Amino acid sequence: MAYSTLTYYYRFALLILVLSGCDSNEALSLSKKSIIYCSEGPPESFNPQTVSSGTTIDATSHQLYNRLIEFSPIDNAIIPAIAKSWHVTRDGKMITFYLRKDIQFHQTSYFMPTRALNADDVLFSFNRMLDINHEYHPISGGKYPFFQNAQLTNLIDNIEKINDHTIRFRLAHADSSFLANIGGDSAVILSKEYADELVELNAMQEIDMLPIGTGPFKFKQYSSGAFIRYEPHSNYWRGKSELKQLVFDITPRDTARLTKLLAGECDVIAYPIAHEKIKQHPNLILESVISFNVGYFGFNTRKPPFDNPLVRKALSYAINKQAILEAVYTGQAEVANGIIPNSSWAYDARITSQDYSITTAQELLTQAGYSNGFSMDLWAMPVQRSYNPDAITMAKLIQADLQKIGVEVNIVSGYEWSTFLRKVSEGEHQSVLLGWSADNPDPDNFFSSLLSCSSANTGSNRTFWCNKKFDQLLEKALKTDNINKRKAYYSKALKLINEEVPLIPIAHSKRYQARANSVKGTVLRAIGGVDFNGVTKN
Amino acid sequence: MLIFTLRRFSLFFFTLLLLTMLSFSLSFLFPGEQLINLTGQVSASPEQLAVLANEYQQQSGILSQYVSYLKHLFQGDMGYSMTSHLPISTEVLNRLPATVELASVALLVAMFVGIPVGFCAAIYHRKVPDNLILTIAMIGYSIPVFWLGILAILVFSIKLGWFPSSGQISLLFEIKHITGLQLIDIILSDSPYKWQAFQDATRHLILPVIVVALAPATIFMRLARTAMLEVLDTHYIKAAKAKGLTFIQIIYRHAMRNAIIKVIRDIGLQFANLITIAMVTEVIFSWPGIGSWLIESIYQRDYTAIQGGLIVLSSFIFIVHIIIDLVYAALNPLAREPRHGT
Repeated sequence: MAYSTLTYYYRFALLILVLSGCDSNEALSLSKKSIIYCSEGPPESFNPQTVSSGTTIDATSHQLYNRLIEFSPIDNAIIPAIAKSWHVTRDGKMITFYLRKDIQFHQTSYFMPTRALNADDVLFSFNRMLDINHEYHPISGGKYPFFQNAQLTNLIDNIEKINDHTIRFRLAHADSSFLANIGGDSAVILSKEYADELVELNAMQEIDMLPIGTGPFKFKQYSSGAFIRYEPHSNYWRGKSELKQLVFDITPRDTARLTKLLAGECDVIAYPIAHEKIKQHPNLILESVISFNVGYFGFNTRKPPFDNPLVRKALSYAINKQAILEAVYTGQAEVANGIIPNSSWAYDARITSQDYSITTAQELLTQAGYSNGFSMDLWAMPVQRSYNPDAITMAKLIQADLQKIGVEVNIVSGYEWSTFLRKVSEGEHQSVLLGWSADNPDPDNFFSSLLSCSSANTGSNRTFWCNKKFDQLLEKALKTDNINKRKAYYSKALKLINEEVPLIPIAHSKRYQARANSVKGTVLRAIGGVDFNGVTKN
Repeated sequence: MLIFTLRRFSLFFFTLLLLTMLSFSLSFLFPGEQLINLTGQVSASPEQLAVLANEYQQQSGILSQYVSYLKHLFQGDMGYSMTSHLPISTEVLNRLPATVELASVALLVAMFVGIPVGFCAAIYHRKVPDNLILTIAMIGYSIPVFWLGILAILVFSIKLGWFPSSGQISLLFEIKHITGLQLIDIILSDSPYKWQAFQDATRHLILPVIVVALAPATIFMRLARTAMLEVLDTHYIKAAKAKGLTFIQIIYRHAMRNAIIKVIRDIGLQFANLITIAMVTEVIFSWPGIGSWLIESIYQRDYTAIQGGLIVLSSFIFIVHIIIDLVYAALNPLAREPRHGT
């Protein structure tokens, strides 16, 4: 009896040993094959159509959904996605998309798709935003900020289904930034079948909270304000992700994000602090991308003395951009050579900004007839933006710079942001510190919005600089879809800006991210934020 | 024992009454509309507000308003959180178990470490071990908890990487919320990673428990030391010595039991202190308990949550207090009725 009890215990111990052995290997693979991303805030919705905040786009757009076309992570050129190809008519007013036939929607506990993606889904996704009479239009507030801001509601005349896998957009006028907008983070494709099912269940608002898409990950669980759990989409058309789980751990405090990264509780964190500390750490990597934005010092070219290009040019030589970069952006930015950042395909390395040279500045001022200097007003924006985190400090630095060439600067600040914007767009300022964040990587988004004659009338061109030659270049660039020709036109436009100096581009800010070096792949993108497609861990 | 129990319950009843009065008057003292402070319905339409006003008898006198507030309370309706728009009762049920888990494990640790060490100090009265233990107790008691928590994270999470710095469990493990007590939920769950989840949850528990337990443990040390010294000074110990019992026999058979009873009485008192420490610790370690929730509600000016959290947390402390009192009375006849005494 005693013997058998003993063997029983031995067997039991052996069993436990074996079991625990198995178990630890399994769990090892769970944490080794899952990624925890510590994000900076909770998403407002799980449908990027309805919001424009970066936090929501990061959490949803590239994880859950696909677009008709997308941007290459390398040079931000347009690449096929749901549409395997597309065709633009000669007049640029009709664009036909040919859809892939093998794209499956997510299979979750709340929805079982019975068919692959087809033209109905595309039609549904766009009509929800465009057609105010659509039954889904008013769901979740009926606001589609990106589409409304990009004027797509006015641009798109109608969308037509040719057959199950062909869809045609008719535009009111040619616009070569249309494709870039269709590839934007908010132009995601939803499932019509799911939407129909929700209508029957009388639960239409769930379409934005229990999402169904075609992206690399599918929705599993959201604990409000705490975390989001995604699982890989096993039928993803670009191939199933190797990860077992993708968890967004919502950690608003930046010190807590850093602690979690250092303690190994997060694999990737958004907006890290203490860059030097992360760089020194052997197991951590600090990454950055230059955002599609520009902070600038603009002149009101309708008011003297800034109606004289020589004066504007003189000032551009007198500003020490490097010092501004260090003091205002704490090094988290790059000197702007032109209005577009170097991650854009239209960037031309041959065109550089004016060097910092007091003597040249003084010479130019003398030529312009202001050898004794003058006094001017400089309006500094009252809010923080990524393209200009501290306009008041920047204004003070510029004040000190310009004093050296005898120009006296009065800083105008203290207006509330909306009042400030209204007064500036009415042209009350003499010069201003402002910036621009692009909605899509198309270079036209910078050129037209910032400096064209038409935007001088609508007020988004705060320099009121209107140059016929410049506008013609932009128009030509928009009319052609040959990228080399477009690039040549934009180079000329950049050169023109450099000669006329309606504004001095100061900096393109950077967005940072830190991660453990076990995470492989590109997570952070200049446009579209965070994307875990193809990211692995080992 | 019955009379003792009844006495405790009447005390409980009146204390609760006072608490609800305080909480009710808070809804008037907080800025904003009293009815909204009470119900948390920030985005209610005028019609809904009219219904609510009727429910809470806003048109009658203050006394009937209070009575209707009590009625709602007894039905478990503490209004809605102004920030999350969830019922306060749901929020509390989600959050309280985590605090119970942290506090009870910390209490056990504090007792099992503090009391034996205190006895040890008493046995070596005025010798080196006694002085050493007293010094350690003094230092441990004087360390501010927020500083200790941050220091523990810096050393054990960031530098050494032994323990995680936040939360109850790694987010990778999906554990269903059954009892709310994480360790028990893991055992009840059917996750394939059960054992690993258990280990992970334990690793998450260690640092906050040590931080919470430190101050109470030092108090237990000193209490146990004093109690033991008192007992060792009594006549029955002297009698036992005279009978020729060995020192170990005296300690185990006579001194320890009598000393422990004296300590148990103070555990209830220490529990309130422990919960206060746990609230701060929860914030430092992002522990999803009721303390961090309450502090967050104060930041967010969520008045309904503050009132509800106040009532729940104080009643919780009070209930624990009573339970410990009852245990003490059950163990010690002297406490029940004076006639058992000399």
